[in-house]
Amino acid sequence: MAKVPGLVKGLGVTFGTLMRTVKNGADTVQYPREKESPPTRARGVIGLREDNCTSCMLCVRSCPDWCIYIEGHKQLAPPRRAGGKPRQVNHLDRFDIDYALCMYCGICVDVCPFDALFWSPEYEYSEPKIADLLHDKDKLGEWMETVPEAPELEAGAK
Amino acid sequence: MMSIVAAEIPYWGQSLLRVLGGLVAVLLPAGTIVYLFLFKMMSFMQSRLGPMEAGPYGSMQLLAEVGKWLQKEDLAPDAADKPIFKMAPLVVLLSTFLLIVAIPFGPDAWFTNLQAGVFYALAVASVSVLGIVMAGWASANKYSLLGGLRAAGQLIAYELPMVLATLGVVMQAGTMNLQGIVVAQNSGSIFGIDWLGNPFVFTQIVGFLIFMIAVQAELTQPPFDMPIAESELVSGYMTEYSGFRFLIFFIAEFATAGVFAFFASVLFLGGWGVPFSWFGWETLDDVDNWMNLAGPVIMFTKMLVLTFIIMWVRFSYPRFREDQLQAFAWKVLIPLSLANIAVTAILKVAL
Repeated sequence: MAKVPGLVKGLGVTFGTLMRTVKNGADTVQYPREKESPPTRARGVIGLREDNCTSCMLCVRSCPDWCIYIEGHKQLAPPRRAGGKPRQVNHLDRFDIDYALCMYCGICVDVCPFDALFWSPEYEYSEPKIADLLHDKDKLGEWMETVPEAPELEAGAK
Repeated sequence: MMSIVAAEIPYWGQSLLRVLGGLVAVLLPAGTIVYLFLFKMMSFMQSRLGPMEAGPYGSMQLLAEVGKWLQKEDLAPDAADKPIFKMAPLVVLLSTFLLIVAIPFGPDAWFTNLQAGVFYALAVASVSVLGIVMAGWASANKYSLLGGLRAAGQLIAYELPMVLATLGVVMQAGTMNLQGIVVAQNSGSIFGIDWLGNPFVFTQIVGFLIFMIAVQAELTQPPFDMPIAESELVSGYMTEYSGFRFLIFFIAEFATAGVFAFFASVLFLGGWGVPFSWFGWETLDDVDNWMNLAGPVIMFTKMLVLTFIIMWVRFSYPRFREDQLQAFAWKVLIPLSLANIAVTAILKVAL
């Protein structure tokens, strides 16, 4: 009998929620018709700024499930100063992330020393065919447009 | 002779009406309960909208679900006892149809007018245990077997308080005929005040509470859903069922909820009747013919109120542990219902 007030209170909670939903609408949204925007730092998809990538392979080696594929070759670039020697640079031929394997740990973004990888909150990229989840560097470059602006640094930060 | 709105109906017409009426009386509550309470009320209680895509406000969702289930393959495990396995859901549904037979919906709108209607209804209500044990045993699956055994233990344990709670009503009405119980409630009076009749929910409030708790357990609805406890037994005795056999279990669960609510509204809420003093009726023969049409509507409304309570409790409470469940039936409900019978008997003789 001592439990009766608690039991009545429980019924009150469910009935209160029922009335609130009838009056104010649900807390959920009807997804394909309305969308909630995820927080700006949500881990949706990884974007690639190709110009910054030196194909150093750090992200590939740190990836726990080996879902990043990089191929590159060395080539000569024009010298920085007139009369200088031509520079040898790594050219990125292929940069693929297989989102069928990716587990969104973000280690690649953290480990990249050249700011080439960024998190984007974009999440709507499911595909009918699993092979289409392998995003190549063009597609990864397109995700860069959805990457939010980096917040202002604090005063005094370098 | 059955007559609706003063028109005499031949015997074959009556039979046809009763068969159709039985189907409607089982399937309409089931559909209404599933859409109104299971889909919508549960969702709203969790602050979401529930199905919204199929038809306006998802009202055609049930048809979509039935279509989906009918398309699915009718699987049976290799080791299953196939004839028993296939028969089990039908036995469960059969008990629902057998139960609706005893329920009156109007002065002439009944399926059979049994003299021992309460006895018959309580007897056939326990046929569903057979179907559930058959399903649990024939599935050749240890989860199903455990679920079936739990269901057997629970349904037998809660059958007793249900029968004993009903006895109080039978004693007060002085008849086991369900029509007689309806008439006794509507022609009765409380301390000489007869504008409300005498619905037994007031005098038999303890019996009503025990009956509704026992119904909750008989339907294996939470908090008494140990037999199908999905977090430990997958889905209990329904684990191995797919396609339309699962659909039959599903329909039977909610149709039985509706039929038990009909039964409870006959026993405790005055059934199809309105208080007879409103229209100056004395006995069943005085009741006007339009009650044959108004009666089902009144019954349906009362059924909705009772199933609302059943579903409300279902969505609010967590599950009983098996030992708590048995202890609650044997140590609380049965002594309480026995005391209720004793008090009813004393008051019946004394007053």
